[in-house]
Amino acid sequence: MTTRLKEVDAVMVGMGWTGSIMARELTKAGLTVVGLERGEDLTPRENFALPAVRDELRYSYRLDLIQDPALETVTFRHRPSESALPMRRFGSFLPGNSVGGAANHWGGQHWRYLPSDHLTRSHIVERYGAKSIPDDMTIQDWAMTYDEMEPYYDKFDKLCGVSGKAGNLRGQKIEGGNVFEGPRSSEYPTPPLIMGESGLMFAKVAKELGYHPFPQPASNASRAYTNSEGLTLGGCQYCGFCERNGCEANAKAGPHVCVLPVLRADPKFTLRARAWVSRLSYDKAAKKVTGVVFTDTRTGEEYEQPAGLVVLSAYVFGNISLLLNSGIGEPYDPVTHKGVVGRNYCYQLSRLGVTLFFEDKVFNPFMGSPGTQVVMDDFDGDNFDHSGLGFLGGCKIQLGHADGRPISYRPVPPGTPRWGTAWKKATAKWYQHAARITLSGSNYANRYNYIDLDPTYKDQLGRPLLRMTYNFVENDYRVADYCMEIALKIARAMNPTMMGPPGLRRGDYNTVPYQSTHNTGGTIMGHDPKTSVVNRYLQAWDADNLFIMGASTFPQQPAYNPTGPVGALAYWSADAIVTKYLKSPGPLVHA
Amino acid sequence: MTDKNAPDDNNPIARRNFLLGASTAVAAGLAPTASAQAQQPTAAAPAAPAAASEPATYLTLSQTEVAFFAAAVDTLIPADELTPSGTECGIVTFIDRQLASAWGGGAKMYRSGPFRKAKPEYGYQLPLTPRQFFAAGIVATNAWTHKVYGKDFDRLAANEREDALKALEQGKADLGDFDAKPFFEALLQITMEGFFADPIYGGNRNKAAWRMIGFPGLPAVYSHLIEQYRNKRYVVEPQSIADFS
Repeated sequence: MTTRLKEVDAVMVGMGWTGSIMARELTKAGLTVVGLERGEDLTPRENFALPAVRDELRYSYRLDLIQDPALETVTFRHRPSESALPMRRFGSFLPGNSVGGAANHWGGQHWRYLPSDHLTRSHIVERYGAKSIPDDMTIQDWAMTYDEMEPYYDKFDKLCGVSGKAGNLRGQKIEGGNVFEGPRSSEYPTPPLIMGESGLMFAKVAKELGYHPFPQPASNASRAYTNSEGLTLGGCQYCGFCERNGCEANAKAGPHVCVLPVLRADPKFTLRARAWVSRLSYDKAAKKVTGVVFTDTRTGEEYEQPAGLVVLSAYVFGNISLLLNSGIGEPYDPVTHKGVVGRNYCYQLSRLGVTLFFEDKVFNPFMGSPGTQVVMDDFDGDNFDHSGLGFLGGCKIQLGHADGRPISYRPVPPGTPRWGTAWKKATAKWYQHAARITLSGSNYANRYNYIDLDPTYKDQLGRPLLRMTYNFVENDYRVADYCMEIALKIARAMNPTMMGPPGLRRGDYNTVPYQSTHNTGGTIMGHDPKTSVVNRYLQAWDADNLFIMGASTFPQQPAYNPTGPVGALAYWSADAIVTKYLKSPGPLVHA
Repeated sequence: MTDKNAPDDNNPIARRNFLLGASTAVAAGLAPTASAQAQQPTAAAPAAPAAASEPATYLTLSQTEVAFFAAAVDTLIPADELTPSGTECGIVTFIDRQLASAWGGGAKMYRSGPFRKAKPEYGYQLPLTPRQFFAAGIVATNAWTHKVYGKDFDRLAANEREDALKALEQGKADLGDFDAKPFFEALLQITMEGFFADPIYGGNRNKAAWRMIGFPGLPAVYSHLIEQYRNKRYVVEPQSIADFS
């Protein structure tokens, strides 16, 4: 039996970055808000404390902060002709599972997407002609421009205390920052992190080769910072245990540090942890959702939470699953190329790079954070001329030591055995002397990469699992090959004692080794309800009181990490709800 | 120097003792055939950790499994001037505790069927928990070494053990229905975890692996050091979670 709870103004499904930001903005506007979170509640003081937080086995290998696939995973196949199998363990990507979401264990690489990333299709058509886009490449424009988003990017920067150096301040290009970025209205809230030896070596050579290296913008505050909510972040300790772990210094931005203390103190807000939303209550005729149904996993009891507004703020897969399992929106069909839910699932080109060995350099690889990297964007997005290249998109190229945690970080020269005395000698000899140039590339949408419901496998609540049909395509391989040549040119110019083999992108997508938790698409934004799930305010076309947050709204994935735009979009959408929707509830865009 | 305790064809080390080390095995009545001499820790091991005098007790592993893991981890991580052997670093203890943990029992795995053989890109697709997977792998490996060498893996001479692990690694060992390569990969992975993880889990005794590479462990607060130690070696006594608890 389902117990019906008292109606609230708004309910958040998931209490990571977007649920926390949206809940804060809506309570500020006077709404009563319930935040539902499937996982447990955490507090940094209790859960991210020294010394236990410095445990590589627990967090990187036993995946303490990661979603439990026994509750819910996805099934996978490379192409529609195959039958899918469940990802029985998470490997390639690692969704979060508790209050704070994936922001508890992210690395803090904090970007704004390029102005051209916001207009992916129209920019390419304008510069290279419509014929330059392959038939099966289903890229679309974002539903808002960079300039429209800038105030919200800025707002999220100031929530996080992002460290970095502007390369374009109100249109003025600044050397030392990222000269390719869109114009920023203000400098980064905190200065760049201190770079180690390897990052400085990379910067020097990249500059000599005519490129434009700059320090990684990072949600690792470089010094104590009081954010836009009046909450104080600590300064980064360069501990080398950033991603996969919580931050004991409160320097890594996340809901627990940046938003939740204010929200928890607000009587208009109620947090319910261990509340697993199984479906939305949907009135198809009225095009409204009336609330959500959830299971309290402490008791097994089912509840209905009626709400005037429902915000899907789960991870990408949770958002898609709730639409498909609630019958909201037409499921995407790759054969007819019709339908919208599950469309344009994209990922990230990663695990690309080359390891360099320097006999006479010492890197102390354990001192650093994901922010202590030097990056160049000269071959990112459409920052370079693609005429005649035969591909679209690009890579950011970077170097710097983020962590030297020894179970995972054990560089040895090519030809070294994987165990035994010779392996030990090489590991001991080179641990301090290796550095890796890495590349992260765009992943443009393809007609045959999509998400739907699996016909066989179920989650712990008995709902069908999502089925991912995904593979890399020719465009991806070409992006990787082209950018790897640039990386090798830099590598050789750095004059290492020796180099490892280039890590290229070959063959089918492998779900086992970690690549990135940058899953995108499936509930994408757009101007046309035939090709998108949400409009430019992230309002569902099929239910005007349903708003969908996060990277599931991205039409395709640029080379950058997604969290910056994810946070900015939450502010953008919240602003539309407060200033437009609440005054006149109904569709904010008429199709 | 000649190590008369090294397991070769002329002087096979009795399995149960070899891994239990010291005199505990005899005291516990677990050593069926060993001479007292064979029960000494490997002579090549420098600075044998103090823990060697503690009784070796196991939460989940059988004697045969302990023998297998000991022989395997000492082949993967042999004693040399860099560190003591895998066993002496506590890796068998580590493996025992991990396989007895929630992880060993299949936590954080999706375990519902149907099951189907799949390409490696699909990841692990068996119904077995890690505990069960290692048990099955040991049975299959010992059956194979019996066919090829006439004895269990842990009874092989050092060079034979190396060859056997290489055959597993390259997928050349015929384990019948059981897939040798993923078993070897899991064995190598858990061995490296035991070697390099924080000593609180029972491996990496005396922080031997951290000393080997110069990893400082904790507390890992470097904001005041990162600039100062650019291109300069940072050498400290490594510290574990236990040192701060």
